Amino acid sequence: MLAFSIRRLFQALLVMIVVALIAFTLFRFVGDPVNQMVGVETTPEQREALRERLGLNDAVIVQFARFILNAAQFDFGTSYQFKQPVAEMIGKRLPATLELSVVSAIFAVLVGIPMGVYTGLNRDSFLSKVFLSASLVGISLPTFFIGILLIFIFSVNLQWLPSFGRGEVVQIGWWSTGLLTWSGIKALVLPAITLGLFQMTLIMRLVRSEMLEVIRTDYIKFARARGLPNRTVNYRHALKNTLVPVITITGLQLGTIIAFAIITETVFQWPGMGLLFLQSVQNVDIPIMAAYLMLIAFLFVLINFVVDLLYFYVDPRLRTERAIK
Amino acid sequence: MAETPLLSVRNLKVEFPTRRATLTAIDGISFDLKKGEVLGVVGESGAGKSITGSAIIGLLEPPGRISGGEILLGGERIDNLSQTAMRKVRGKRIGMIFQDPLTSLNPLFTIGEQITETIMTHLPVSEAEARKRAVSLLEEVGIPAAAERLDAYPHQFSGGMRQRVVIALALCAEPELVIADEPTTALDVSVQAQIIGLLKRICKDHGASVMLITHDMGVIAETCDRVAVMYSGRIAEIGPVRDVVKNPHHPYTVGLMGAIPTLVGELDRLTQIPGSMPRLDAIPKGCPFNPRCAHVFDRCRAERPDPIDVGTSRVACWLVEEGRNDRASKVEQA
Ligand SMILES: Nc1ncnc2c1ncn2[C@@H]1O[C@H](COP(=O)(O)OP(=O)(O)OP(=O)(O)O)[C@@H](O)[C@H]1O
Ligand code: SF4
Ligand SMILES: [Mg+2]
Repeated sequence: MLAFSIRRLFQALLVMIVVALIAFTLFRFVGDPVNQMVGVETTPEQREALRERLGLNDAVIVQFARFILNAAQFDFGTSYQFKQPVAEMIGKRLPATLELSVVSAIFAVLVGIPMGVYTGLNRDSFLSKVFLSASLVGISLPTFFIGILLIFIFSVNLQWLPSFGRGEVVQIGWWSTGLLTWSGIKALVLPAITLGLFQMTLIMRLVRSEMLEVIRTDYIKFARARGLPNRTVNYRHALKNTLVPVITITGLQLGTIIAFAIITETVFQWPGMGLLFLQSVQNVDIPIMAAYLMLIAFLFVLINFVVDLLYFYVDPRLRTERAIK
Repeated sequence: MAETPLLSVRNLKVEFPTRRATLTAIDGISFDLKKGEVLGVVGESGAGKSITGSAIIGLLEPPGRISGGEILLGGERIDNLSQTAMRKVRGKRIGMIFQDPLTSLNPLFTIGEQITETIMTHLPVSEAEARKRAVSLLEEVGIPAAAERLDAYPHQFSGGMRQRVVIALALCAEPELVIADEPTTALDVSVQAQIIGLLKRICKDHGASVMLITHDMGVIAETCDRVAVMYSGRIAEIGPVRDVVKNPHHPYTVGLMGAIPTLVGELDRLTQIPGSMPRLDAIPKGCPFNPRCAHVFDRCRAERPDPIDVGTSRVACWLVEEGRNDRASKVEQA
């Protein structure tokens, strides 16, 4: 277990260094940072002085080491466009994106798993068929379309929920949360559904097919032959055996949700990192792009690590060795 | 014989409706099982042995269904019980043991969890008591250091050990009947005899009757009191083991007895008789054994023989019924 964690930690570090290299290369090869920072009337001498000050004349390896050291302290330099520290800008946007993503993932799991169990156990029921057809629609419609559709129905027509923004937020330290105000929660509903719908249908279909497989296994037959109540057989014995793949997919999908929040944030004018990233791409604001890249990679690595730990928790075959003959 | 049999199967029929036709997997079988008796069930693959077991315990897989006949346990019908009522029979009054111990236990729960949940489902005991019971059961089936092994997971046991756990599980609520469907087929040959011996002993100690499904006539001869020989969803011959083995009447049984491995030489699967059992959608008219029978005559192809008493056995064969039995055994020996 410990050896496993350490090995995973090393792998994670390796991944982060590779991503850092990519982010760093962005700096070096996409445009000249000095050009981005100074005006046209700056003299060559001033430019040279700036290059020296920024360390751009040092050996590449030294620059890379400095980049990593800074990144490790959450220092990604200053935005070309906004002339503000990047870390601060991202710090302001991060809570919005994380809250949206986590709520979407929770929505996807809490709705997807029961629907999957239901459709797996009641394969031929009318409701199952409705769920399955609806999920096909959910999978094939593009996110922005679903967002616009929801806005049209619930904001424009019914006027139940706001169509943009985060509502009122409450500041807790550096974290701004929309979860503590009624308007913040209302503002979260449509974007969270939009962002989580695809994942929800995915989880539902996954749980369904896993359930179908598991209920045919011998240990489920044996559990029934022992006279255990259906509830115990289905929700204790069968469901737990579907969890390993579900955890994997959910973990991966949480990463994807965070990374692809961009589209949903655009549709709902959600003040998160995605929106910031889009602006930075338009303005070739490389420090922001690099920081965003590193952050997303870090979140992916972190989620993977947690997923691996969950495996240990769920599947005893991974944490205990064989013994008795 | 005034005593009601523990289990009584009366003219049981099981069907599988399919898109094209309705397949009759079990076609009118009847037998009794007395208290404390061990009944062996043999027959080639596809004869309907497992389906019979599933039908008795009420776990036929849809679309399979009982389409006729009755099943009585202790004199009361159980084939028409509600789902909930039948669930209370399973595990409590009828225990089941499946073929493969490697896959019968849920890999994600400890042995102890699986035994105590079963005990607590059926008996009004506290968790502590259930655990105590579990330990003594595991000791009974020969698991060393049972108290510690209670918290081990199935993958930490070998195949033979797991089958012992499965036996403990089937018996943990003191059922009156245990149906064991090829309980040792998946095991190493070296432990098969041990497990069969254990099963027989422990069922005897707990006063449970056994229905032992197997391919192995040797096991039947050693373990069972009576034996039912199945062919194409029917019972060809049923009777006390000694009589059926020493003096088989039905030509199919005669062939089977030739397939008992005399030495250690392995004659697995009962394939001594030329040909193979018909598929369910191609069961011939009359006696289902007629295409393979050395003694077939006209009547066999036209009418279906029903079981009749022959000495201590019951046999379904026109040859026997028409009293040409003598000729049969003579021809067989020639
Ligand atoms: N779900 C099903 N649908 C259709 N036919 C089935 C189904 N399950 C079993 N059968 C048929 O029922 C017949 C009896 O099957 P059963 O499993 O009882 O045989 P068996 O005697 O236990 O054989 P084995 O020795 O191989 O275990 C077989 O011909 C099989 O093809
Ligand atoms: S009824 Fe006829 S075909 Fe069938 S076993 Fe007897 S002799 Fe053979
Ligand atoms: Mg079988």
